[in-house]
Amino acid sequence: MQQPNSVGTHDLMLRETASQTAGPYVHIGLALDVAGLPERDEEIWNQLAKPEADGEHIEVVGQVIDGNGDLVRDALIEAWQADGQGQYQPAFDLQKPFNSFGRTATTAVGDSEWTLTTVKPGAVTRGDGKTMAPHINLAIFARGVNIQLQTRLYFEDETDANAACPVLSAIESPARRQTLIAKREEADGKVRYRLDIRLQGEGETVFFDF
Amino acid sequence: MQDDNKRYVERDRNWHPPAYAPGYKTTVARSPSQALVSLQRPSVSELSGPDFRALRMGPHDNDLLMNYREGQGQDALPIGERIIMFGRVVDQYGKPVPHTLVEMWQANAGGRYRHKKDAYLAPLDPSFGGVGRCLTDDDGWYRFRTIKPGPYPWPNGINTWRPAHIHVSVMGPSISTRLITQMYFEGDPLIPICPIVQTINDPDAVETMIGRLDMARSRPMDCLAYRFDLVVRGELQTYFENQ
Repeated sequence: MQQPNSVGTHDLMLRETASQTAGPYVHIGLALDVAGLPERDEEIWNQLAKPEADGEHIEVVGQVIDGNGDLVRDALIEAWQADGQGQYQPAFDLQKPFNSFGRTATTAVGDSEWTLTTVKPGAVTRGDGKTMAPHINLAIFARGVNIQLQTRLYFEDETDANAACPVLSAIESPARRQTLIAKREEADGKVRYRLDIRLQGEGETVFFDF
Repeated sequence: MQDDNKRYVERDRNWHPPAYAPGYKTTVARSPSQALVSLQRPSVSELSGPDFRALRMGPHDNDLLMNYREGQGQDALPIGERIIMFGRVVDQYGKPVPHTLVEMWQANAGGRYRHKKDAYLAPLDPSFGGVGRCLTDDDGWYRFRTIKPGPYPWPNGINTWRPAHIHVSVMGPSISTRLITQMYFEGDPLIPICPIVQTINDPDAVETMIGRLDMARSRPMDCLAYRFDLVVRGELQTYFENQ
């Protein structure tokens, strides 16, 4: 049965496996420590940059908030970002000082903040030669989220780059662009950027299809 | 950058479940009310993704019959139906996806998860953790050995039960192909009455999530086998990009 608005696909092409929610116990599989499971020798987690990595070391933190304004305490977030020079480093290897990929989660305790320890990404140039402002790609998986929500985190102190970013500019509503801009804080001599992700309603975060 | 020469076949969001699917109550407050913003010109940001070939895995990371009991010093094997779960990761053009990370997690034979937050009265199995991971081989095949999970009740309707399922996560070649789904078991009568399955409108899409009993790959006097192939978005090369 073809849905009325389905993308036309020729018969020879396979259909993508359908998505399902990651559910309430996603941590068992993708964030073992949060589930209370013993960790394996190597886990994919939220330290993208070790202290020796090149670049400006930052922390990125936030909360995930639902349409009622309540904290989402069971979200898993995946991050994908360029290194300090604006290069993606696909080869994931925990021996290296920097990895472009990481995972984090909101939890049942306290303020339920997700955190990433990383370096500020450099600007990345698109195939058409236009430069995108520094950004971190985020994907949110959770109970009640049937297919992951894809967004980007930008940095408030990159005013000029943000204004020129072709992706931010593609968001028709200027007010909505602001939902992607993380606020800069300094705490204990460390630079920290904060971005709350609002799944629905007032101040709803922009989510992308790509 | 090289990845800018790729495109992935557009995701059919009427094939996938919609964000808002009120039969599954948690979606009501967790679904965006605004439209997704389409990136007309994907960049290396979306077209690249992590390659996990250098992730050091343990020898039993894909064997759930072994990988928890050993760490816990348990002699006993987990209780339940011994199964092999295997399949191939291909893209929409049928091209195998080699060396990609496949992860899975599940409840035990009684439908209980080894998670702090699961308080279902069915007991934990002291020999079962419920997590596995592996990389696909050169031809796109992956395999796990595990216990068939049990169904379990959850607070949605007054009497709602999940079908037996294994959560499956696959990366594919880029963050554009990233997919989390659930494998259900062929013939399970809970499948058609599950509100999470029913978030999907197209019955053919539901079929893509059903693991099939495969007697040929089962091991006599040892374990049954279920085959679950995963299809990720097809990769295209762009030849005429700049107008």
